[in-house]
Amino acid sequence: MNRRQLLLTAAGVAASLALPGLASAQNTIKVGILHSLSGTMAISETTLKDTILMMIDEQNKKGGLLGKKLEAVVVDPASDWPLFAEKATQLLEKDKVSVVFGCWTSVSRKSVLPVFEKNNGLLFYPVQYEGEESSKNVIYTGAAPNQQAIPAVDYLMKDLGVKRWVLEGTDYVYPRTTNKILEAYLLSKGVPAADISINYTPFGHSDWQTRVAAIKRFGATGKKTAVVSTINGDANVPFYKELGNQKVSAEDIPVVAFSVGEEELSGLDAKPLVGHLAAWNYFQSITTPANTAFINTWKMYIKNAKRTTNDPMEAHYVGFNLWVKAVQKAGSADVEKVLAALPGLETPNLTGGIAKMLPNHHITKPVYIGEVRADGQFDIVWKTPGTVPGDAWSDFLPTSKPIEADWVALKCGNYNTTTKVCSGQNYK
Amino acid sequence: MLVLVALCLALSSGITVFAQTPDETLRSTLGTLREASFPDKEATVATIADSGHPGAPFILTAFLEDRLYSRDSDLAIVIVKSGETETFDLVDPLTQADAGNVPKDGFTKIGTNNRLRRVLRTTVARFTLASPDAAVRLSAVQNMLRSLDDQTMDLLRARAAIETDAAVKDEIEIGLAMSSLDSGDAAAKLVAIDRLSDRVTTDVRNRLAAFLEKNPDGSFVEADDKVRAAAASAVAHIDNVRSFYSGVETLFFGLSLGSVLVLVAIGLAITFGVMGVINMAHGELMMLGAYTTYVTQLLMPDSIGLSILVSIPAAFVVSGLAGVILERTVIRFLYGRPLETLLATYGVSLILQQTVRSVFSANNRAVETPAWLSGTWQINQALAITNNRLYIVLFTMLVFALLLAVLKRTRLGLDIRAVAQNRSMARAMGIRTQRVDAMTFGLGSGIAGMAGVALSQLTNVGPNLGQSYIIDSFMVVVFGGVGNLWGTFIGGMSMGVVNKLLEPYAGAVLAKIVVLVALILFIQRRPRGLFPQQGRSAEGH
Repeated sequence: MNRRQLLLTAAGVAASLALPGLASAQNTIKVGILHSLSGTMAISETTLKDTILMMIDEQNKKGGLLGKKLEAVVVDPASDWPLFAEKATQLLEKDKVSVVFGCWTSVSRKSVLPVFEKNNGLLFYPVQYEGEESSKNVIYTGAAPNQQAIPAVDYLMKDLGVKRWVLEGTDYVYPRTTNKILEAYLLSKGVPAADISINYTPFGHSDWQTRVAAIKRFGATGKKTAVVSTINGDANVPFYKELGNQKVSAEDIPVVAFSVGEEELSGLDAKPLVGHLAAWNYFQSITTPANTAFINTWKMYIKNAKRTTNDPMEAHYVGFNLWVKAVQKAGSADVEKVLAALPGLETPNLTGGIAKMLPNHHITKPVYIGEVRADGQFDIVWKTPGTVPGDAWSDFLPTSKPIEADWVALKCGNYNTTTKVCSGQNYK
Repeated sequence: MLVLVALCLALSSGITVFAQTPDETLRSTLGTLREASFPDKEATVATIADSGHPGAPFILTAFLEDRLYSRDSDLAIVIVKSGETETFDLVDPLTQADAGNVPKDGFTKIGTNNRLRRVLRTTVARFTLASPDAAVRLSAVQNMLRSLDDQTMDLLRARAAIETDAAVKDEIEIGLAMSSLDSGDAAAKLVAIDRLSDRVTTDVRNRLAAFLEKNPDGSFVEADDKVRAAAASAVAHIDNVRSFYSGVETLFFGLSLGSVLVLVAIGLAITFGVMGVINMAHGELMMLGAYTTYVTQLLMPDSIGLSILVSIPAAFVVSGLAGVILERTVIRFLYGRPLETLLATYGVSLILQQTVRSVFSANNRAVETPAWLSGTWQINQALAITNNRLYIVLFTMLVFALLLAVLKRTRLGLDIRAVAQNRSMARAMGIRTQRVDAMTFGLGSGIAGMAGVALSQLTNVGPNLGQSYIIDSFMVVVFGGVGNLWGTFIGGMSMGVVNKLLEPYAGAVLAKIVVLVALILFIQRRPRGLFPQQGRSAEGH
């Protein structure tokens, strides 16, 4: 994103705020972008804002949508969870946007959920998350646990013969829920509880000496050991550095990460990570014509040939295209009509497959396992044969096993199939 | 396309039936690699290794190092000298003759995964066992010990007879002893256990501990009582030694965490402790130091090892200058008004963060770790210390000693102490207190910059680097006693050690909370910290 565009957008926002009811406001469809541009999450979220701006730009070059131009409304929730709800209210009530693309962390999503349900807005959420949720007003284009964590564990178990598991996470809702699901899954596969070790460290943990030494000890029993990492954000770099320094090689104890992608690797010296694994639904190194075109457009748009693409960007790409198709199908950008049009829609993803919108507001995605290369890209070592449908409520947790989400037949995101009750959303 | 490949494969394997030269057999084996799955590739590696072809070690080494490629035009397997050059220098896999220099496109890498690389490494080790270099032989034996089978045992036995290097011979004997544990002969087992009992590695321990386990029906896995007793005493011995060294290791972890705390706090001990300025931008001065390291590496990309050494003085100058400017333009107008200073410096910290975001982007920057800073120092089989932590402990000691020397032995130090003790008296004695203020603040900031260089080797270099350390550094200074450098040193070290002692039992989250709560209670009892300043100067300026 160059600064001039930001200024122009900002000026546009200011103008539309200052002069409501001008002709220009009616001839555009407003698209809200709710990503942090400052604070700790700016590292990840700024890229997503730029992705949506690029998609809007591309759509406008094609003549816009329903004969109208798309107009971006960018707000900055500054990595501050309550501010997310405030900015969402502003987008929905004041700017009256037709759709919002936004949020990264689960906390921010949970914070804006009541706002979107109250105002009947529409949010496209592009990041892999812990599941256990399906809102009428949210489309989850990122991976649910069964589209990332479970296949990754399957790969380690079947292809690498892993017998002992360290589930290492940052202490917040996504790792805790994911690890609960994974633990239940591993136990169901006959892994003894003594062979599973679960640990949490605080956000931004930088002194990994004790933990890595403990992982080494845990892995020294002769059984093949792997680490499943839900370590978030900045804590990853010191973790991998410590692994490298203590000579824990990927051949002995591989680490499979759910939050380390191309963007994160571009900010660090990737050598200590070589051979470690990541599970995603998209990798930049996958060569398909669509992906090559997307990467080129992105590099042109951002005017930097070194910029990388990553999984949440692809989720936004798919989400944006689904929304465009739904608007075209409904003949209107009205939220109710778009929501009715969305389920069943299909759009090609960037890896040569088709993303289908499911009734539970999740999409179908392929799962890839990549090994880190020294240049910060990934070598694909495994992929699912087809796409995997997203499961909102995990089948491996006893509490969520009987729960179904279906916004077409049941009109409910939280339907208990044993008691036959739709309990609505429950925010924790 | 697939049909074509299959046809080619069928053709090439067809040829081998008739023409039995080893070269062609190997070439056709190689040909299958392009389309093979990882398990197939594993089998192919074994075939190549067993072929006895003189080119096999060369091919497998290239495979391990990701230098094996398949040419898209004729599906021939070639080796490149390096995968990182602009163009490929091709080498023929069988003859090792140069095959020309060609552009990179038109080749597909024969990929490996973790498991395959492990197999390759042990396979290559078999060939390097005969290397004239003892170090190469040692690593070959170590690699082979990772997966012992009959074939590798035979190789090791043969090698043991002719091995001359003591270390390599020792390593081989360990391997042979490990394998004789599996034999049925009790006497051989006893000898092997005796041989292994002074080897305090976890794999030996686990192997011996397996003798003590019981079958589901209650009988022991190992029937012989003597063997069991010997194994039990060996395991107890190994556990003893290992638990001692793991205590030493924890202590070192604590000292290294403590030295990071001291390093980030020591600059603050000057600006906050000696001058009484609550500088919320202290973390950002460290961040500037870390970015200076990044820029230095950009400027000298060919000598990363040296760049760290260069960036230490560079970071001191950059952050020191930033500190002097900060003092001259903001802080000096606010002396004696701590609340305003706090707010103003907090504002400055936000400005600095955003500046870095605008100049370097919000993304983290990659700072490389030079070779001499990575890796471990293997003291014995049970204890290894990571080099980067060791150097940071030493660096902290050095910075601390230098700082003490500056304060105690130089004219500037004398001035600083004089102004800190009694400003008006110092001024009356002809000391230019304003200049001393600026220099003191610059000194503290410069040390923060040097801490930033060290942090760049431990954590992310990004706009938020400073924020994650500012709380810790204030904590250490307050705990140690404001205005006392030794207090900061001992306070930081003891907080590090306590934190690391707690971590294995309480977990990282709880350990940090416990340390914080203990600190609050301590400050309640002794508000002036560990080593309170004595005398009138303690009453403030």
